[in-house]
Amino acid sequence: MKQFQYTRPSTQQMALDAISKPGAKIIAGGTNLVDLMKRGVTAPDKLVDINHLPLKNITPTHTGLHIGSLALNSVVSENELVLQKFPLLSMALKAGASPQLRNMATVGGNMMQRTRCTYFYDTTMPCNKREPGTGCGAMEGFNRMHAIFGTSNQCIAVNPSDMCVGLAALDAVVIIAGRKGERRIPFTEFHRLPEDHPEIDNHLAKDELIIGVEIPDNNFAKNSYYLKVRDRQSYAFALVSVAAALDIDNGVIKKARLAMGGVAHKPWRLFDAEKWLIGKPISEENFKQAAQMAMAGAKGYEYNSFKLNLAPATINEALKHAAGLV
Amino acid sequence: MESKILNKPIPEEGLSRVDGRLKVTGKAKYSAEYDVKGVCYGVMVGSTITKGNIKSIETKTAERAPGVLAVITYLNCPNIPGYHTDNQPDKGPLKIFIDDKIYFNGQPIALVIADTYERALFAASLVKADYTKDQHQTDLKANLSSGFSPSKAKDYLRGQEDAYKLAPVKIEHEYTLPTEVHNPMELHAIIACWDADDKITVWDKTQGVKSTQRVIAQAFKLPPENVQVTAPFVGGAFGAALRTWPHEIAAVAAAKLVKRPVKLVLSRADMFTSVGYRPHTWQKVGLGATADGKLVGITHEASGQTSVYENFTEGVVNISQLMYASPNVNTRYRIVPLNVNTPTPMRGPGEATGAYALESAMDELSYALNIDPIELRIRNHADSDPLSGKPYSSKFLKEAYQLGADKIGWSERSQKPGSLTKDGWLVGYGMGAGMFGAYRSNATVTARLMADGTLFLQTSVTDIGPGTGTAMASIAAESMGISPEKIRVELGDSALPPSPTQGGSQVTSTVGAAVFDACKELKDKFRQLDGGADSTDYTALLQKNKLQKLEVTTASKGSAAMNNYAAFSWSVHFIQVYVNPNTGVVKVNKAISVADAGHIVSPKTAASQIKGGSIMGIGMALMEEAVIDHRYGRLVNNNFADYHMPVQADIPQVEALFVNKPDPYLNPMGAKGMGEIATIGVAAAVANAVYNATGKRIRELPITPDKLI
Ligand SMILES: Cc1cc2nc3c(=O)[nH]c(=O)nc-3n(C[C@H](O)[C@H](O)[C@H](O)COP(=O)(O)OP(=O)(O)OC[C@H]3O[C@@H](n4cnc5c(N)ncnc54)[C@H](O)[C@@H]3O)c2cc1C
Repeated sequence: MKQFQYTRPSTQQMALDAISKPGAKIIAGGTNLVDLMKRGVTAPDKLVDINHLPLKNITPTHTGLHIGSLALNSVVSENELVLQKFPLLSMALKAGASPQLRNMATVGGNMMQRTRCTYFYDTTMPCNKREPGTGCGAMEGFNRMHAIFGTSNQCIAVNPSDMCVGLAALDAVVIIAGRKGERRIPFTEFHRLPEDHPEIDNHLAKDELIIGVEIPDNNFAKNSYYLKVRDRQSYAFALVSVAAALDIDNGVIKKARLAMGGVAHKPWRLFDAEKWLIGKPISEENFKQAAQMAMAGAKGYEYNSFKLNLAPATINEALKHAAGLV
Repeated sequence: MESKILNKPIPEEGLSRVDGRLKVTGKAKYSAEYDVKGVCYGVMVGSTITKGNIKSIETKTAERAPGVLAVITYLNCPNIPGYHTDNQPDKGPLKIFIDDKIYFNGQPIALVIADTYERALFAASLVKADYTKDQHQTDLKANLSSGFSPSKAKDYLRGQEDAYKLAPVKIEHEYTLPTEVHNPMELHAIIACWDADDKITVWDKTQGVKSTQRVIAQAFKLPPENVQVTAPFVGGAFGAALRTWPHEIAAVAAAKLVKRPVKLVLSRADMFTSVGYRPHTWQKVGLGATADGKLVGITHEASGQTSVYENFTEGVVNISQLMYASPNVNTRYRIVPLNVNTPTPMRGPGEATGAYALESAMDELSYALNIDPIELRIRNHADSDPLSGKPYSSKFLKEAYQLGADKIGWSERSQKPGSLTKDGWLVGYGMGAGMFGAYRSNATVTARLMADGTLFLQTSVTDIGPGTGTAMASIAAESMGISPEKIRVELGDSALPPSPTQGGSQVTSTVGAAVFDACKELKDKFRQLDGGADSTDYTALLQKNKLQKLEVTTASKGSAAMNNYAAFSWSVHFIQVYVNPNTGVVKVNKAISVADAGHIVSPKTAASQIKGGSIMGIGMALMEEAVIDHRYGRLVNNNFADYHMPVQADIPQVEALFVNKPDPYLNPMGAKGMGEIATIGVAAAVANAVYNATGKRIRELPITPDKLI
């Protein structure tokens, strides 16, 4: 690991100043960043440890719930308000990583975690995300874990987060601080597709800091479910995961939210399927149709074509759970 | 019988692990944990190409990095006098740092030594090599045609060749097992410390201190007694530490070069290319039977990968020669040299691989015949060893079938796949059997009774986790009639009396028998002190005779009568799975393993042994798979995030049952081994259960969700 400087700002302003310097990088829980530094994937000159900033709070607002970017994944997943208002988020968090990791991992760090593509991690392999212009090792390589939606000819990596799939489904908003002030962007527009710049994962500028996320109140608590299909029951990234949230009135769907993980460079919201479900009675037939609709534009590669079948099956299964049909 | 028990100092459920407290409190010291004065640290640098030569290697930057004492490559490695030849097929393990040749990706090209681990690690990242690349081969399936029959495993024929083809009912299928990499919890580690020019002490992770002593002595041309090897605790090994690997030789050479003790701990990524693995193996099994389920013929072919510099062979097809009473059996075994590191036995070695194919094929045959899989096995039960014709020393496999079937509720199973469901999940039952040779070799044990009543038992064998020390204490407590609290077991040191390497399920039989014999001799000595009486008040006897201690060192070996029998341990595994019909997720809901392993000397550790083996088998069936990107010849999942083995959530309550009937011939305790049979047959049981649940037969492990949707 390259030698680096370390600083621990005590105010947001100091943090913002520190991260605007070239070669500086925020460290929160360190569960992703330190691994990447050990593997030589990233080599910051200066680590800005933000753990002393007052960003751990989980507080109700009059329109929803604010979760600070330094709130731990484990704490959020057990928080009373989260469990009561947005159990989907708790389920998504608990489906991720392991208890030890969740005890260190923060909300901001989770949003910013990088892909687990093996070619990205192995510095002897080509990877446009790690080193633009070197090519994509996964495209014709071992791409079992890779994307089926929104890929480009530069990159087919997926965003590995579970939490983000839950937040995308819940219409969360990201609150960002910069030296010029705060801005808010919808969670679904925070991450981006690879296009010609796979090295850029999201729309956060280098000199900006995630302060927190806000989830607007909704009526999904009773009928939501996070289903993660993986190679083992815990401590494995998703082959496909689905966050499903329904607002059901008398067996008829009033509102639906669907997002998928493990299939794209960002949490993949299924807007068309959501819209189609509105007004439909809850039934496996309808869920299957919605799932098929969600697959428009999907494209498989040598080792991940199974996702073309697994994804709709998982959507259907998640919707059945959300609707209480299983 | 000899195994007369004086009294019962051991509780019915068996002794708790004698070293359990040390292990859970962190007091047990593993090889990397010794404080050795002046120690420095080694980190290996692996090749990034798969075949070719090192054109040039830049070590200057690393050498200039802070704290670096040396960067060892083939250009400056101290002479290892025992290396006579370069690396040629079957001239022993990889000889490290002798030339510029690269045989596999990750092959060590340099060893960086620095005053701290972190500095060594950093400097290792600065070593850069230039290569001339040759075309490599890493893909077993694409290279099956270059397989050859190794001299150690000739083709076998009993009766007529390929007789299954002529049978009224026949099946023929291919089964593939991917590479499974050795990943015991404890990383491989060695501290090498030269005490004089011709004398060295090593703290090493090894399954055999005596074999490590021999190998290091040979490599450095030292008298074996000048090589002191210590391994009192080993954090799991499963075959990975049966050999002395190149990195161990490198550490010893490095310590010589820098004239300081060197500690080398492999990283998890190093483990994937340094300590062997269960090789990727392709198999084909043909079974033919009469309509009433009598086997007519078995044909079993296998091709397993090996390295280009060593011919690794294992008993993949042997199980088909041994398991069932079929008049016609033929087997063919090939090895395929590839640009990979050499495989090594992994628990239940080739037999576990072979049993996956044979026991899956038996299951397929049972459906073809519409006969219950257990009934099919009973109809083909071998009453004597089909290979040698000898009677078995003991065999209670039919009882094991019954015990397991009752426990799992086999009667609930439906012979029609896909017909049972629970809460929207498909439910299936499967079983698979295993066998492994039961052995006893030679061992010497010192038993020393001290004035305060403490009994010391000493021998060089290592306890890699199966509970060897606990079994020894149990045997001695029963035999001497003293409380187990009074017994101290000292193991894992080459200075102690010789006993075999821990492996091949022979240690309880061999070392246990030596403990038994030593205790018998010690009791005889006490009896003489006592004028022929049989008192167990040893302290009083010592006091009366003004002795500080009484001690014997007893060499023990099996009787010639053993040659008249075929001795095997047997197991049968029962699995109940739930399979999600939509997502293909498999959950093992029940796992029951039954062992016919003779008299159970140490019930608690025996049960742990069986449970651990079962979990390993579940991992083999459902998740373990090392993946190589053949374009680069490089592993793409050499870490624990990507290389999956079972976690707690994957494993239900696993139950271990024992027939617990003594083997009359093998050793005075009547015990047979069980380390290997714990795993052999499990993967087939899981695959068979998945078929029973879904009607889908997955013949390429692991059975991941993508294969079931
Ligand atoms: C073995 C393993 C398995 C895992 N499995 C899963 C899984 O199944 N599902 C899953 O979802 N995740 C999984 N994870 C990933 C885990 O969730 C992330 O590592 C974790 O959420 C990162 O949070 P952190 O606080 O440790 O981030 P850090 O490692 O500290 O930082 C990560 C990145 O975020 C940036 N950053 C952190 N905070 C902020 C902020 N406030 N503003 C701007 N930038 C910021 C850092 O600069 C850095 O680039 C796994 C991780 C490991 C190691």
